Amino acid sequence: MMATELVSISNAESFNVRGVENLAKYIFSRLGYMLVTFLVIATFTFFLMQTLPGSPFNDEKLSDSQKERLYEKYGLDKPLPLQYITYMGNIAKGDLGVSFQYDGRPVTNIIGERIGASAVLGAQSLLLGCVIGLFLGIIAAIKHNTSIDYIAMIISVIGLSVPNFVFAGILQYWVGVKLKWLPVAFWEGFEYSILPTISLSVFVIATIARYMRAEMLEVLGQDYIVTAKAKGLGSFSIVMKHSLRNAAIPIITILGPMTVTLLTGTLVIEKIFSVPGLGEQFVKSIMTNDFSVIMGTTLFYSILFIGIVLIVDLLYGFIDPRIRLSGRTK
Amino acid sequence: MVLEIRLLYLVGSWENKKMGAVKMKIKSSIFIILMIFISSFLSGCYGGESKKTVSENKPNKTEGKKTEQVLNLAEGGEIPTLDTLGLFDALSSRTMNNIFEGLYRLDEKSKPIPGMAEKYNVSKDGKVYTFHIRTNAKWSNGTPVTAKDFEFAWKRALHPDTLSPNSYLFNDIKNAAEIQDKESSLYGKVNELGIKAVDDHTFQVELKQPIPYFISLITYPLFFPQNKDFVESQGDKYALEVKNLIYNGPFVLDSWEHEAGWVYKKNPDYWDADTVKLEQINVKVVKEIATKVNLYEAGQIDLTEISSEYVNQFKNSPDYNTLLKPEIFFIRMNQKNKYLANVNIRKAIDMGWDKKAAAESLLNNGSIPAYYLVPKDFSFDADGKDFRSKYSGFNQDGIEKAKEYWEKGLKELGIKGMELEFLSYDSEDRKKVSEYIKNQLEKNLPGMKIKINQQPNKQKLELESNQRYDLTYSGWSPDFQDPITFIDLYLSNGPNNWSSYKNKEFDRLVMAAKNNPSNLKVRWENLQEAERILIEEDAAISPMYQSGLVQLTKPYVKGYFFHPFSISYKWTSIEGK
Repeated sequence: MMATELVSISNAESFNVRGVENLAKYIFSRLGYMLVTFLVIATFTFFLMQTLPGSPFNDEKLSDSQKERLYEKYGLDKPLPLQYITYMGNIAKGDLGVSFQYDGRPVTNIIGERIGASAVLGAQSLLLGCVIGLFLGIIAAIKHNTSIDYIAMIISVIGLSVPNFVFAGILQYWVGVKLKWLPVAFWEGFEYSILPTISLSVFVIATIARYMRAEMLEVLGQDYIVTAKAKGLGSFSIVMKHSLRNAAIPIITILGPMTVTLLTGTLVIEKIFSVPGLGEQFVKSIMTNDFSVIMGTTLFYSILFIGIVLIVDLLYGFIDPRIRLSGRTK
Repeated sequence: MVLEIRLLYLVGSWENKKMGAVKMKIKSSIFIILMIFISSFLSGCYGGESKKTVSENKPNKTEGKKTEQVLNLAEGGEIPTLDTLGLFDALSSRTMNNIFEGLYRLDEKSKPIPGMAEKYNVSKDGKVYTFHIRTNAKWSNGTPVTAKDFEFAWKRALHPDTLSPNSYLFNDIKNAAEIQDKESSLYGKVNELGIKAVDDHTFQVELKQPIPYFISLITYPLFFPQNKDFVESQGDKYALEVKNLIYNGPFVLDSWEHEAGWVYKKNPDYWDADTVKLEQINVKVVKEIATKVNLYEAGQIDLTEISSEYVNQFKNSPDYNTLLKPEIFFIRMNQKNKYLANVNIRKAIDMGWDKKAAAESLLNNGSIPAYYLVPKDFSFDADGKDFRSKYSGFNQDGIEKAKEYWEKGLKELGIKGMELEFLSYDSEDRKKVSEYIKNQLEKNLPGMKIKINQQPNKQKLELESNQRYDLTYSGWSPDFQDPITFIDLYLSNGPNNWSSYKNKEFDRLVMAAKNNPSNLKVRWENLQEAERILIEEDAAISPMYQSGLVQLTKPYVKGYFFHPFSISYKWTSIEGK
């Protein structure tokens, strides 16, 4: 990823050493901020978690002395500041502790075992969603106010307003059970990922198509497009070369958070298609007051989110040279 | 401005042309690297390993051949733990029952039959049990299962460092309670526990007092053996993965993919392997009932539970069947509340709503209305008679009677009405039931006002156990197969009484059943009488329903047996698929 940035940033200046240096500096300072953000999130979550109603070992079958024993076992009997220091120390060592609901299973294993499926599913639906969404948006903008435009927009309104579990249910029943074209559920190969990918990408398609159409319409009205037309460039080349980049900026902005949501699993779709992903784990850990899993998943989400924000910022520079990362010194 | 941009554009495009070739190369090579990276990542993430098991068992492709002994199941979640001394749930205990075996196990009618032990003798006073362990009992790594394995596991369950959350179930064994009691001089001294490995095949247990359900009790996974050498060699990792386990039950775990599923294979070293017909059981984690139904219809799983919304759709299917669970839901009434301390008010509340409608129309999931605390089809006396056969239920006089009690109660309290808080679960089905009860009580008992307070389970328990509620939607499932596991809840000093209920006669009867169980008939009658006092006389609780289970089972699945805490696959087979 980094290599792409380096190349792209230095585009206009043809491998300007200074540009690379600036970029490196910028990334380093950003990494510093990221660490601070991470620590703040970790601290905040740690203390906020304590205010969750109920306690992890609340079970009618456990006697008070049993509960006490479990608190001791997981170090929850210690004063909170001490727990905090221990926890932060362990994070630094890469140890996220052990789960309560899965009786001593390390949290890093829990996340590691589940993130793969979520990430693949997320990446696929993001890719599919982007390709189709961009295509629909561009077509709709070019053929503004024609039936193609209307059809594209109807598709996107449906995609935005119908919840994805409805699509998932329909696809599962018709394509899986009735037509038997694709597997009903589970996660055992590419064909198993098709239906969940489609269900997840519907929302992506709709969102991107709408943004893309609006941005394209704006860009197509700009002077430089008129110039390009006047120069006699074909409409394909105008769209690909001159409009797309400029229209892409808002798309990049929404893609950031969307990527995080998709990559880290989407509870409902994963449940419907029995995908062994991370989506439900987060919700379940909160319901069961499984502190170390709550912390683990939150921190994981935040690292991903912070990372993607950085990537998005770097991408801005690549897409639109007018936006410079560290301020051009020219 | 425009001119500048145009100029820049011209310069840019000229430069671009120059740089174009170089850039293209870099770009495309990066692209290729990325693609290779992504595709290798992807192929790793679809769970390549499990592909094998699936292709082996495509249900439709094997037709015509000899029936494959493969059962395909779906479970609602990941197994929380496979350590028999861990904090486990029904799913854990179900899995453990099929991969491990205790001294005894439950048969198709949930009666104890020999497992690792061939037989046992009991001393005359009913306190000392001597188990004779089979010589052909083996762990899946080849080491024999011996009396020492039981001794190790049971002592480990009580040792302060490894104390099992379920250790209270040991309390009937001599010194077990003291070993767990910090105040006692025996605290932590597990060697004082009343058990002894006399030799490799003789295991002796001394009870504090005779209990009639001891053999049934030890079919519970907590009482299963653990091999010292193996457990200690695994350290923290014991039972975390397939490779960190050894088995002594009818099946072994062949794979365990967390959150996705697990596969059982027949255990060829099991002492009774000839009885076990299934070669393999594939279990998938499926959390949505709708998905389970789709998979069932697509023929990919052989059995599924269904929820109430599917009941009408499948009611007439030959695959449809229901069964009762030994689980009772009831309204606790907190007698710290001055209104609820009045017995007539409690009786009015118990009789003031239509239990039949709630169970059969609202829940519609195989549950039946309950007018009792000890479930039906759960515990039986020596002649096999159900505990429920004496009193089928209490307080069934109907709503008119409830109104009379209500008026009487209000008069005694000198009030015209009351407002009560009804603590409830936050799940969908139970929400409906609590709203129904609220409406019924407010309609049938003039002046009654109910405020529902829905809480997540953990928080609800916290409020309940601290008695910060008026009425609460509560449930109980048994620890072992005896009525006492329900009835002793309401001992004045019972740790789960949670309602300040006190009745000396009730206490006397229950304690008599606990302390002097030698005359089984009298004990049984004492417990039946205690339950009558609790509900009919004192209306300490308002029983709601006994849970049921509705499921679809393919007709070719035979010998699939449910027990109060688990399921046996030992006798399951596939016939005529």
